Amino acid sequence: MKIKGRAIFEGKAEGTALVSSSPMSFYGGVNPETGEVTERGNELLGQSVKGKVLVFPNGKGSTVGSYVLYRMAKNGVAPCAIINAKCETIVAVGAIISEIPCVDNVDISKIVSGDRVRVDGATVKF
Amino acid sequence: MLLTREEEGMLAGREGRATQKAMQILVALGKIYDAKRLVRVSSVQVSGVSYKNLGDAGLEFLDDLAEDGRARVKTTLNPAGMSLTDWEAQGIDKRFAEKQLSVIDAYRRLGVEISCTCTPYLAGNEPRFGEHVAWGESSAVAYANSVIGARTNREGGPSALAASLTGRTPLYGLHLTENRAPTLAVDVDALLASPEDFSAMGYFAGKLVKDGIPIFRGVRRANLEELKTLSAALASSGGVAMFHIEGLTPEYDLGGRTAEAVTFAQNDLEETNASLNDEGTPDFVAVGCPHCSLAEVAELAGLLDGRKVRGEFWICCSREVKRQSDEAGYSQVIVGSGAKFATDTCMVVAPVEELGFKVVATNSAKACHYLRNAGLRVRFMPLQECVAEATRSP
Repeated sequence: MKIKGRAIFEGKAEGTALVSSSPMSFYGGVNPETGEVTERGNELLGQSVKGKVLVFPNGKGSTVGSYVLYRMAKNGVAPCAIINAKCETIVAVGAIISEIPCVDNVDISKIVSGDRVRVDGATVKF
Repeated sequence: MLLTREEEGMLAGREGRATQKAMQILVALGKIYDAKRLVRVSSVQVSGVSYKNLGDAGLEFLDDLAEDGRARVKTTLNPAGMSLTDWEAQGIDKRFAEKQLSVIDAYRRLGVEISCTCTPYLAGNEPRFGEHVAWGESSAVAYANSVIGARTNREGGPSALAASLTGRTPLYGLHLTENRAPTLAVDVDALLASPEDFSAMGYFAGKLVKDGIPIFRGVRRANLEELKTLSAALASSGGVAMFHIEGLTPEYDLGGRTAEAVTFAQNDLEETNASLNDEGTPDFVAVGCPHCSLAEVAELAGLLDGRKVRGEFWICCSREVKRQSDEAGYSQVIVGSGAKFATDTCMVVAPVEELGFKVVATNSAKACHYLRNAGLRVRFMPLQECVAEATRSP
């Protein structure tokens, strides 16, 4: 399947999808050293986002979250791409400063954890 | 989004990597929020200064950006996690201090004024009515939009910095007149006798209006200190970036009928006050959230004259107001009493939970909100009672 979204930060990446159906907070919600999701109540709790195509509806929480994504990228534990239903400031800024390909305006209900996903500019293939 | 030739050049990297990164951020935000173009800003207030919040990630980002980035418009800075000069006396850990000073150094290289205050409008960053600015620090955002009538969205650290490095911000949200009209009326039927009452009212209304725009009706007068603390409280319990007071603030008659109205009655004031009081005897008293004005410092000097402070009492203010207080002779009286100036910082962004305090007395609803989040217990009381608490015999 191929979906055309909107490129927030253009780039190419390919990886395994990790899908959260609820909004994600990186500040306090993901461990910047390991990439492990630590937010209680999130279905991805305990899983690592490292190297994954991370799919979630939108970001939430503190704007410090942008810096957490940057730190994850520096530590080599960031997702290889981010797909959102509707991107907001925290994730957009985080993706840009960390140079993580990021696409939004995507119907994320079509993607399931474990899917092989390719991101190229505004296009998502899986 | 439509970009000018100069802006296209910045995006293409012709003015360096930092400017390019900044322009990428602004263009992406413009896309997300459907901005048609960028608008020039006259000033920027940057949040994201305390090492407690930034961590090593933020520090690295700022260091990278400082390699070739430079502020293009007047840019002032939020409070840091400690006093930049008296951190040792504050009990701040040496490792934390070194990291914090590195953050400040990166900002200095970026051409940012090391003002370290949440009240830039009391320290030389004073936009005029109708000017576009890009400010972080939620209380200053609410003050700038509502009291001054300048125009800013609620910026995060990186987006404010991006505005500084390019002199621009995407034209959307509160930059546009049509988005500045009230969404909820608050009929005030309570006696507002002090800044603390305005603080409580803001805390009450922020919860109800969330990220909308309240208009307060029935408030006859409000001074700078009252408007400052109202701004802070509204932006802490809710996501308020702008409010109006009928008959007082410059854009209250922007038109548009607010469908919904709520009442802030005397019992709401009392209940809000009670909700901000936990059990326990304070072991730490702190005022100046937002940072004290010179008038507040003068009042404190009057109250502390001839008295002795027992325990820890912080008076948080900008280095600019501290300088004015030195000149006016207030500082001598305050320091003589045993109270401490906490310049450049405050009880919210300093790592007070690591300094061993358990129960904090303060005159700010915003401070209560964030200190509770940090695991401390709080007591909300007027300025005079804070002084009484700090000078009480054991």
